[in-house]
Amino acid sequence: MSIVSVTAGPKRGWKSVSTWIGAVIVGIALICAIAAPLLVPHDPFAQDLGKRLLPPFWMAGTNPDYILGTDQLGRDYLSRLIWGCRISMLIGVTVTVVSALIGITIGVLGGFLGGRVDDAVLFAITTRLSIPVVLVALAVVGLLGSSMTLLVLTLGLLLWDRFAVVARSTTMQVRNLDFVAAAWCAGCSRFRILSGEVLPNIASHLVVVATLEIALAILLEAALSFLGLGVPPPLPSWGLMIAEAKDYMFFSPWVIVIPGVALFVLVLGINLLGDGLRDLFGARSDP
Amino acid sequence: MLQFLVRRLIVAILVAATVMTLAFILTRLSGDLAISIAGPNATQADVEAVRKAYGLDRPLTVQFFDWVGRAATGDLGESYFFKTKVSKLIGERMPITITLGLTGLVIALVVSLPLGILAAVRENTVLDRVVQMVALLGQAMPSFWLGLILMITLGLQLGWLPISGTGSWQHYVMPGIVLAFSAIPAITRLTRAGMIQAMGSDYIRTARAKGLSRASILLKHALRNAAIPVVAIAAVQLGFMLGGSIVIEQVFALHGVGFLAWESIGKNDFPVVQAVVLVLAVIYVALTMLADLMNAVLDPRLRGP
Amino acid sequence: MSALLEVDRLEVNFGGRVSAVRGASVTVERGETHCLVGESGCGKSVTALAVMNLLARGARRSAKRLAFEGQDLTGLSDAGMAQLRGNAMAMIFQEPMTSLNPAYTVGSQMTEVLRRHKKTSQRAATDRAADLLARVGITAPGLRLGQFPHQLSGGLRQRVMIAMALMCDPKLLIADEPTTALDVTVQAQILRLLAGLQRDLGLGMLLITHDLGIVARVAHRVSVMYAGEVVESAPTAELFANPKHPYTQGLLRCVPVPGKIKRDEPLGSIPGTVPRIGPGFEGCAFRERCDFADATCIHTIPRHAASAAHDFLCRLPA
Repeated sequence: MSIVSVTAGPKRGWKSVSTWIGAVIVGIALICAIAAPLLVPHDPFAQDLGKRLLPPFWMAGTNPDYILGTDQLGRDYLSRLIWGCRISMLIGVTVTVVSALIGITIGVLGGFLGGRVDDAVLFAITTRLSIPVVLVALAVVGLLGSSMTLLVLTLGLLLWDRFAVVARSTTMQVRNLDFVAAAWCAGCSRFRILSGEVLPNIASHLVVVATLEIALAILLEAALSFLGLGVPPPLPSWGLMIAEAKDYMFFSPWVIVIPGVALFVLVLGINLLGDGLRDLFGARSDP
Repeated sequence: MLQFLVRRLIVAILVAATVMTLAFILTRLSGDLAISIAGPNATQADVEAVRKAYGLDRPLTVQFFDWVGRAATGDLGESYFFKTKVSKLIGERMPITITLGLTGLVIALVVSLPLGILAAVRENTVLDRVVQMVALLGQAMPSFWLGLILMITLGLQLGWLPISGTGSWQHYVMPGIVLAFSAIPAITRLTRAGMIQAMGSDYIRTARAKGLSRASILLKHALRNAAIPVVAIAAVQLGFMLGGSIVIEQVFALHGVGFLAWESIGKNDFPVVQAVVLVLAVIYVALTMLADLMNAVLDPRLRGP
Repeated sequence: MSALLEVDRLEVNFGGRVSAVRGASVTVERGETHCLVGESGCGKSVTALAVMNLLARGARRSAKRLAFEGQDLTGLSDAGMAQLRGNAMAMIFQEPMTSLNPAYTVGSQMTEVLRRHKKTSQRAATDRAADLLARVGITAPGLRLGQFPHQLSGGLRQRVMIAMALMCDPKLLIADEPTTALDVTVQAQILRLLAGLQRDLGLGMLLITHDLGIVARVAHRVSVMYAGEVVESAPTAELFANPKHPYTQGLLRCVPVPGKIKRDEPLGSIPGTVPRIGPGFEGCAFRERCDFADATCIHTIPRHAASAAHDFLCRLPA
């Protein structure tokens, strides 16, 4: 006889608080991303060498026109930060769309068809995991030249593994459920079963994976841009902002603190939201 | 078990072959390599000379099988820039990367295991919540940025640790911490989940019914079973760390394999780039096989009846 | 001399919402087999776990008296309780398949009990383990000691559990449905083994079961539990001959006894299930399912003594 174990405690309340925090952060980031041209107080690309490295509002010698100060070329930091949010979100979402298309297709086929197809899918996932993502992405961009489109395609081609793993395992579970068997018996076609029965039932798991992937893609883009092989300058990617400010960081640490904190908070917000969604759906996102 | 290992070995060889093909295709993506190697001021004659010297005038398939054939015997070709054997270059740089990776793994384990165990034992308390929050924070931390922040604080302001280079063991502490951050969330979560599952199991109830000490119940009986998936993830994380060390090596100016690859990308030194991709992939596959072996050691059920 | 185990008005609740045990009292004398019977969910396993202080986190236990050999257990520290467990009082469980640690050999799991409580050498502990494995009917004990649990069948694992419980010569053995998860033929063997060990070693045994057939064969005394209460307690023969509580009567009607039941007569059953009872519940918990219930059953129910050793909890007189 088993013992009722009581999970008392603040879990529910706490979870909803952290989920809301995540939702608010993501909401603000979305607004920044969509309305960036309307929100920026200055032209994020306009240089003014007379106003280089103005400190932000909490430091002495700040200029009220530039709340977060200016960078080494005299560009308004707040404007560049907002514009950078647009770039981060754009890359996060588009990379995830590309990787989701690849990963879900592969995963669902493997999970649904099984047998040889599934063996091939597993092999593809194993191979993909053995490839060092950062290195290959750097090599592609380094050899072909940096552009947003190339970056998105490269990362999309490299980050489909988690989608594939989760889509595969959840499809396998759904495939064996009674209503799918019922659909078979009712004479539905494979396509009808995949689109009508399987996909709607694994969608919640995939949404959770998508949030994790957006966060991962944003971090990777920042790392690649930081190494000079991501978003091409003068676009204000947060990673690029950190790279450009690196030479001044020992004298004015805020030049790397501001974009770094922005990056950290955005990724944290997406993860908090993803965690909340996972609990909400009761979904799993780990292979 | 033997059959399983043979199967894994075949898969590993197939993975290596696939990665070789992909790496080869990757380096040929940029079009005419001879032009980029010869440099912007080269004449047509120079380019032709380069093309001949590096065997780039041969058909692609010939180049591919030539590379595969040599790689299979351990010959990874010659660097265009350093004018030395790629295997020698990688061999020289690898100890730095491995040291960095192992330092990161050790730090990650030293932090994650106690945190995970603590969170599991105090499940659903404030402490558990804090540990899970730490894992979330770690997951959101951009590693290169953390590296810079540590350089400013621990290096410049406090002066505790050297900022860059590889002179002494202290040089590996900061990059090790940064690298560990990428593995801490996963290992902590898995340890916590494994310990919670183990602590709720019937055999732990038996251990308590036997009157064993709390330490023995936690560390001997529960952790031993919870450790099985943790070992696997630790090996996989080490693979990811070695692959991801390229960023950290650049930040801290550690001249390891990642730094070599980064330099070589900038110089269009494609034999080095494709060799590093291949070597890292092979190491990853080897690590996953090692994880399987260690699982078999830890879990008697996998050893067969 | 005090009884081996005294449990008086034990209460267990989970997070203040579910009352699993509500004032149950059980006394186990030295060398006696006391059976605790009842349906699933009546609180018999929780009672056993509460005695051993093995309840899951979130469960709260209290008792007017909970004593082992006259020693109070409620005030005992975790460490003090651990000194007793596996030593003077041992327990075996319902799930032999999962109750042994899959990562360690049988020998290692058996010897650690003795080494912890009796501080013997590894060699002496191994010898004792081998002796006990032979005692519980395992052939080739030397071989079994080196094996892992997954290499043994369910029946063998339960024998190992029993041998492990006996390592430190306990005075009390609590067996929580030890045969439920086993094949029928193996059930009989394990039961015979337990009964034999109890007699030969003079163990006090608290045997928890829902099987009245087992009770009839091995018990000296029976306590019937319903919804967290002991509703009737009596010597085995008297309980079977003269059940007083309507629930006990119902239980006995559910058991086919050869020679006693007529052909084609349907076997009895008790409609409904055990209710879940929260704090503040008053009156008889069985009243919803009882044929004799009336309006007075919602009040506190008196405990009657049918004889010196036989009492029951019902408004109906003895």
